[in-house]
Amino acid sequence: MALLEVKNLVKKYGRTEAVRGVSFAIPQGTCFGLLGPNGAGKTTTIEVIEDIIAPTEGEILYKGRPRTDTFRAEVGILFQQTALLSFLTVHETLATFQNLYTKKADLQELIVMCHLQDFLNQYNDRISGGQRQRFMLALALVNKPELVFLDEPSTGLDPQARRNLWEIVQNIKAGGRTIVLTTHNMEEAQALCDEIAIMDYGRIIARGSPAELIKRHCGGVTVELPMTSFNPSLPPLSIPFQVVQDRIEMMTDDLNGFVAELVAKNVNLKDMAVRSPNLEDVFLTLTGRQLRE
Amino acid sequence: MQFKRLWTLFLARNREFLRDRAAFGWNFLFPFLIIGGFGLIFGGDRYAEYKVGVFPVETENVVPASLEIPEQFRRTQYIQFVGFKTAGEAFDKLKHYGIDFLIKAGPPPYPYWLNNTSPKGYIVEKIFRSSLLPPDLSLPARKNEISGRQIRYVDWFFPGILTMNMMFSALWGVGYVVVRYRKNGVLKRLKATPLTAFEYLSAQMLSRIFLLMFTLAVVWIGCDLIFSFHVEGSYVDLAVVFFVGSLSLTALGLVIASRGTSEEFATGLLNFIAWPMMFLSEVWFSIEGAPHWVKGFANIFPLTHLLKAVRKIMNDGAGLIDVGPELAVLALMTLTFLAIGAWLFSWNR
Repeated sequence: MALLEVKNLVKKYGRTEAVRGVSFAIPQGTCFGLLGPNGAGKTTTIEVIEDIIAPTEGEILYKGRPRTDTFRAEVGILFQQTALLSFLTVHETLATFQNLYTKKADLQELIVMCHLQDFLNQYNDRISGGQRQRFMLALALVNKPELVFLDEPSTGLDPQARRNLWEIVQNIKAGGRTIVLTTHNMEEAQALCDEIAIMDYGRIIARGSPAELIKRHCGGVTVELPMTSFNPSLPPLSIPFQVVQDRIEMMTDDLNGFVAELVAKNVNLKDMAVRSPNLEDVFLTLTGRQLRE
Repeated sequence: MQFKRLWTLFLARNREFLRDRAAFGWNFLFPFLIIGGFGLIFGGDRYAEYKVGVFPVETENVVPASLEIPEQFRRTQYIQFVGFKTAGEAFDKLKHYGIDFLIKAGPPPYPYWLNNTSPKGYIVEKIFRSSLLPPDLSLPARKNEISGRQIRYVDWFFPGILTMNMMFSALWGVGYVVVRYRKNGVLKRLKATPLTAFEYLSAQMLSRIFLLMFTLAVVWIGCDLIFSFHVEGSYVDLAVVFFVGSLSLTALGLVIASRGTSEEFATGLLNFIAWPMMFLSEVWFSIEGAPHWVKGFANIFPLTHLLKAVRKIMNDGAGLIDVGPELAVLALMTLTFLAIGAWLFSWNR
């Protein structure tokens, strides 16, 4: 049975429809990723599920039943943007939030797991970005939640801090918790999620495991060549391509045949790059390259 | 409702207040400064209600006895004489309300000037002209003085400043802070926990009342050491009245806190409520003699009833039964504000 089930969720703000009939189910112990460009409706969807904002239509089932007052006691949330009570240290903030719950995690274990030891006695608004996200993650876990919502957890973090955070999330997942993650970082989604739903314009436009999505929407490999490889000009090619800055990108299922075609057309392959498709390719294929904001 | 959650938030809010040294210090310093300042101005012998310019005089600070003006007028209490070298300089001050009345020093007839739109100028003219009359021309009158202990100005003024400080602290400490918390997402973070709105608001209210009473006690003791206030009634009765008053003021703060994410709007709303309340509740001056509707309007403010009750106990020795009507109104206001605040409250909007 799914731990969380969302059926035909709709959220309207006046005439604007932010979420348009979203449905999905999340099995227990998995990490479910909600991907999409900025403004796709991810955060609205997750906040409706978290019971922070009310849905316009639709049904949300937790453990097979509509959410009750106990729902908030059983979930942990890391918001994309939030502030905390001022003039409290990191440790005091953790203890304060823990006291709001009946079920409690071992605070010391949590501190070690999220690497908070070095700044426990600092005020909660006097810590770095990476420290803050680890601390906010710990805060989401103070009640030993069965279901954890992580809304853009690594936004604004440097590569080391991001990977450090991912490790912690992987540990949480290994502990059997169910995770709902929203992100527009494809690497993050690929590293953490068992199943992904890609959202755009308030709808889910694709769903599956990362491997399934890549296979379904971006079969083959991507070949990249600088424009200077085509001398004197770009010859007609048997497969479609797109120009990205000073390079062209092509996708093919038959790498050997395509390379033979390029050789036959005197294309200089010295700077050719070949890479397997990833979630970013799926994302761009499905949502397009046009800037949204 | 879980008492533990309420207590947790109560402690967190207290810590926040006590550790914010700037705000904490100001909460104590402000009433000290106001009471100290006004005590010096109004409490000493040199307090002057009216300013009378005299020319031509070489120095601004004049010795009244040396001025060639009517003696009776020169000896009038609460008049400060200011010297001017030239008439032009003095006229300019009179025009801009720097002085209330102007007289030329010298032998009679005494030329004088006043600003026709100045109420103080009108009064000084009356004093001046009556000082020119020989005493035997006056109609008979008999002077009587109030017997018993006189209420010093500072004893009348002190409760006003204390309650005004409570009012600002309650409205801003709850109203503004909760709106700021809603704006920056603190309330959203708390909503994601099992904490209920009732628990949260109760914690805010209790914490503010605790801090108000604590501040009140410290300021009272400090000011008492300097001014030796006289309390006719019971300190216990005063504490009860202050407690009920802080309940109603904090509950009013909760109404302001119930909605909104704009700090600027909250500031405007707080000023809109606090300023008329401060002026019409007789903190600074009596509204006796004001139009009937003004006096009626003043009764919608909790500060009016709180201050009335405090002054009755402190200045007149009233007991709790005597201030029963004020306490009843304050209790009713508390319940009304709480009901409105709870009805309007939103974690997000």
